[in-house]
Amino acid sequence: MLKIKDLHVKLEEEDKQILKGVDLDVKAGEVHAIMGPNGSGKSTLSYVLSGRDGYEVTQGAATLEGEDVLEMEPEERAAAGLFLAFQYPVEIPGVGNMTFLRTALNAQRKARGEDEVSAADFLKLIRAKAKELKIDADMLKRPVNVGFSGGEKKRNEILQMALLEPKMCILDETDSGLDVDAMKLVAGGVNALRDAGRAFLVITHYQRLLDHIVPDFVHIMANGRIVKTGGADLALEVERNGYADILNEVA
Amino acid sequence: MALPQVKSDATEARVAALAMPDGAAWAQTARTEALARLRAMGLPARRDEYWKYTRPDTLTDAAAPPAATFDPRETPVFDTLDRIKIVFVDGVFDAEASDDILALKLKGIAIVRLSDAERFDLHWSKDIYGVLEARGQNPVERPLAALNTAFATDGIMIHVKEKIDKPINLIYLHKSDRSDAILHHCIKLEQGADLTVLESGPAAARFNKVMEVEVADGAAFHHVRVQGRDHERRAATHMFARLGAESTFKSFTLTKNGVLTRNECVVEFTGDNAVAHVAGACVGDGDFHHDDTVFVTHDAVNCESRQVFKKVLRNGATGVFQGKILVQPGAQKTDGYQISQALLLDDDAQFFAKPELEIYADDVQCSHGSTSGAIDEDALFYLRSRGVPDGQAQDLLVLAFLAEAVDEIEDPAIAEDIVSRLEAWLARHRG
Repeated sequence: MLKIKDLHVKLEEEDKQILKGVDLDVKAGEVHAIMGPNGSGKSTLSYVLSGRDGYEVTQGAATLEGEDVLEMEPEERAAAGLFLAFQYPVEIPGVGNMTFLRTALNAQRKARGEDEVSAADFLKLIRAKAKELKIDADMLKRPVNVGFSGGEKKRNEILQMALLEPKMCILDETDSGLDVDAMKLVAGGVNALRDAGRAFLVITHYQRLLDHIVPDFVHIMANGRIVKTGGADLALEVERNGYADILNEVA
Repeated sequence: MALPQVKSDATEARVAALAMPDGAAWAQTARTEALARLRAMGLPARRDEYWKYTRPDTLTDAAAPPAATFDPRETPVFDTLDRIKIVFVDGVFDAEASDDILALKLKGIAIVRLSDAERFDLHWSKDIYGVLEARGQNPVERPLAALNTAFATDGIMIHVKEKIDKPINLIYLHKSDRSDAILHHCIKLEQGADLTVLESGPAAARFNKVMEVEVADGAAFHHVRVQGRDHERRAATHMFARLGAESTFKSFTLTKNGVLTRNECVVEFTGDNAVAHVAGACVGDGDFHHDDTVFVTHDAVNCESRQVFKKVLRNGATGVFQGKILVQPGAQKTDGYQISQALLLDDDAQFFAKPELEIYADDVQCSHGSTSGAIDEDALFYLRSRGVPDGQAQDLLVLAFLAEAVDEIEDPAIAEDIVSRLEAWLARHRG
């Protein structure tokens, strides 16, 4: 599904190398977690993959089902099936959440040569999806993320994911700012989407999200590289001993 | 203080190019007094404080600069609404193209052409024509409005006594590239009356328009205007409104293109518990200068005023906002709000804002804000990351920026028409 080879990335504005050779192979149906200390390059990886400005790929490649994603515009990546759940979802005053969701869905369908969803069908679809995530009608009517609590913003991200049904989902610190109940709700939303044709890359600081979204692989990232890979138990090791031991071990 | 010679000369040169129409004594008096006001003030010049951000030359020159006519190749705005059409071509009433206002036999409304009203020795409009304009000259001079009162060649007088369901659409067609139109409308709403006036079209190569509106106690006046897309047209318009107790005044203007537009709106609260909202959305690309100048005077208790002006500018387009809220002594419980914002789509666009509050009462609530900025890159990326193409995402954000102004339009069908015009404009002008 997602193949990353020797990816080197620096900041465009300053001469600062953030990613220094990342290799990753995520297959359909798998859930990968990336953990690592602050500043290790986890979020940069998610931004580069989704096409945010400000980063320059200096070496390496990333492909989604064999297609070079780094050459695509952000909207093309989305239409190709890539989705980033933001660490800090953006507030957009003046754009209604419903309008936003429908515009996004239809833009992706159009890009893939599919028919647009009618207003009536969309309403049915969104109501069903929203209900599962306990998102009420008021949240759908309000402007995108405006006045949403931290938990509501993250639930809104998962709602978009459920609606757009991407193949490759990247979750950037989706657990940050969530209480236990909200985390369960969000994890439940993610788990409901797990299937053989879809893959997840879950970026997190803490192990606790991985209690609810159990990964197939855990990668430890440090200083712009993946330094260790293991199973779900690797996350528990981090939780017990911190990153220091692992970093010493690989150094 | 005597007028500087150069200003006096410029004013006389303009006046010499105009002729005062004949009419009954009251009309002659109104026009002569307006001419005297104009001569005392002189036409605006570059150095005038009130014209600091907008060059008045082409609005005051004896001859109007030519402006090519323009075929927008789209269904005219308001076309789908059930309305009363009153058409002016290059500033001249066109009876053929207009609805037959006499045959309409609408209850509670009387519509008459300015030249017809002026023939009567007594006509209701004598208490409004030039009267509200003259009141609006203090504390800030508006010479182009005085010139209008003195020399207006046409216009429409509307007297309303009841709630009128059909809006009146003043349609201004521009067919000659040398037209120089001066129109003057008076509207009087009696107690409890309710009227919507729509204005649309570019009007002329150069357009000077005054609309005086008297809103009696408990009456409601709604105004929605769409100024034409003709790129080279110039317009200086004035709206003077006097509001009675518990009355409502709501005005919205959409401006798309036009090399020069100055819209002045002067509102005076004379009765308690009244509401006035003045809003505008403008979108300009290239050679475009748009000036909103608003002056709201609170001289009554517990009145609410809102000024909401949003400008989207690119490619050298310039926006100006001069807005003032004056709260007179005793105008307690005033609720005044003013916001002016510009969205600058590139580095060449400019926005000048002069927000002012002047308050002489102590129990009031007034706020104002003014900002200018670029498209929010984070929001743009967020939309694109969800699959919305760049251009469409930008348009969504521009419409979101304009929403606060557009939301001032109460009628949903009219609001929808306005939004569709904006969408079409944005689609044509993607950067």
